[in-house]
Amino acid sequence: MAKRIDVSDLNVYYGDFKAVEDVTMTVEPRSVTAFIGSSGCGKSTFLRTLNRMHEVTPGARVQGKVMLDNLDVYDPSVDPVAVRREIGMVFQRANPFPTMSIYDNVIAGAKLNNQRMNKRRADEIVERSLRDANLWEEVKDRLNKPGAGLSGGQQQRLCIARATAVEPTVLLMDEPCSALDPISTLAIEDLIAKLKENYTIVIVTHNMQQAARVSDRTAFFNLAGTGQPGRLIEMGDTNKIFTKPDKKETENYITGRFG
Amino acid sequence: MTTTTEQTATGSPGDGPNLKATGLYTRTLPPYFPFALLAGCLIVVAGAFHLLGAFHPVPVAVVAGIAYLASIAAVSATVENGRRAADRLVTGIVYCCFIVAMVPLVSLLATVLVYGIKRFDLYFLSVSMNGVIPSMDAGGVYHAIVGTLVITGVATAISVPVGLMTAVYVVEYGRGRLKQAITFFVDVMTGIPSIVAGLFVVALWILLFGPGNTNGLAGAIALSVLMIPVVVRSSEEMLRLVPNELREASYALGVPKWLTIVKVVLPTAVAGLTTGIILALARVIGETAPLILTAGMASTRINANPVDGDMMSLPVYIYKAVRDMGLSGQAGAYAEERAWAAALTLILVVMLLFLAARLVSRFFSPHTR
Repeated sequence: MAKRIDVSDLNVYYGDFKAVEDVTMTVEPRSVTAFIGSSGCGKSTFLRTLNRMHEVTPGARVQGKVMLDNLDVYDPSVDPVAVRREIGMVFQRANPFPTMSIYDNVIAGAKLNNQRMNKRRADEIVERSLRDANLWEEVKDRLNKPGAGLSGGQQQRLCIARATAVEPTVLLMDEPCSALDPISTLAIEDLIAKLKENYTIVIVTHNMQQAARVSDRTAFFNLAGTGQPGRLIEMGDTNKIFTKPDKKETENYITGRFG
Repeated sequence: MTTTTEQTATGSPGDGPNLKATGLYTRTLPPYFPFALLAGCLIVVAGAFHLLGAFHPVPVAVVAGIAYLASIAAVSATVENGRRAADRLVTGIVYCCFIVAMVPLVSLLATVLVYGIKRFDLYFLSVSMNGVIPSMDAGGVYHAIVGTLVITGVATAISVPVGLMTAVYVVEYGRGRLKQAITFFVDVMTGIPSIVAGLFVVALWILLFGPGNTNGLAGAIALSVLMIPVVVRSSEEMLRLVPNELREASYALGVPKWLTIVKVVLPTAVAGLTTGIILALARVIGETAPLILTAGMASTRINANPVDGDMMSLPVYIYKAVRDMGLSGQAGAYAEERAWAAALTLILVVMLLFLAARLVSRFFSPHTR
């Protein structure tokens, strides 16, 4: 069920401002791809164009092509809502729905879309998603308590469970661990390693150790200068990027010589 | 007044002298000192006024307050330091302002309660003024309660959908000129004098039904003209408070925008929305002028049908009773009692609404346990 993403010549604009320029890359299925780069270089912006989430921001638009296997994501006849069902997303800050219980948060994708499902099926989905997210043991006795009552790390895993419950083919993660302590971060990294058996995972991170630990391939983004658009500098196997990158800029960033 | 305490540094003994040398240590007035000083000021000032033979609580309170502020600042500046003196002075001023703000409120409630309670009983609440002539020691407010509930109920039924949907448009969909125009006109509408809203509906009714037609529906429409902008404003604020992350979380699950609004944004904001609506309702429930123009003031019968002629309401009832106070003999006295009792009824109705608002917001707001 995991799918490949092919991006070619993608430019992203906010109004007249070009935020990301000329990105061409392939994201392999059943693997973890990490985006690294300094703040404001367009990693998150680019990530959000993959499932058309950037359209939520007024004035944002895109030129270029994003293919999800054979589907052109930006084809005029494609509904962005359907794209987002295919490509799930986990955000920097855990955002469980405050009005819903833990149980309802997990099946929120179906509930909010008014999909009818019987109790047995819903129970199954909730248990499977929470087990996938390594959260089941911690919350199985309080599924009807509000999701907002969990700790930060548990909330983030709840959000991952919520994203996987709608069975997407790709999972985008925008700095999912940046607000978490090392233990919760470890739990989520384990989870990513487990999820990549079934999903295509793209993760934006500022933590280079994390990129090195969890990802199979790494893409390095950088700005040409202030006010300039962000660019994809280099992409390759994580081992290669972190040991002998082709570009000087990448090496400087990885070794902490600028930033 | 040398009620200072010598506060020795209670930590490790070696710190004492060092702290003194750095200027971090100051002597402190004991906690009871401000209260004692205030009591002292009150006694001295009251005694002085009494000796002069001009005792009255209001000037005593004012002079004692000023004396307290001056003396606490002086004592604190001598015993403590300048910063603490400023703190105590400003704290005193803030409390004084608070008391000044509370005086009219408490006085109003107390006065209405004292005068209103004379006629406020089950009989008064359960009968109308039908067939009651001014000199009769009879009649009540039931028809006005019914009228107020019907008129404000209809006004709410009109205002809430219109106001809420306008707010949803402005916050969730609105872009550019149209959004700016709507926001601007809503702001302008907030400032419309209530009598103008009444005149607008009178003009409308004359165009539609000819002159001389007054009924509850006209009153409800006049009130909704006043209520809609308040509902829009408060709902707008509440919808903006819903974090954008929740909307994005919903979009990321493949939920369309309208379902996101209906199932995520509105439920998250429901407590604030309800409170805002009830506050808007409480704001219009006391409107008198537009109701005199639109719902008439002749009705003395129990009329729960908003399209069946004049409809009495509590504020208009009060106005009418106050006008009747000029009648000679017992009639004037009865009218005065009725006015106070009806005012008490109105305040109680509004208080019940506020209580409901508090309960609703407690009940609906998202819980964490």
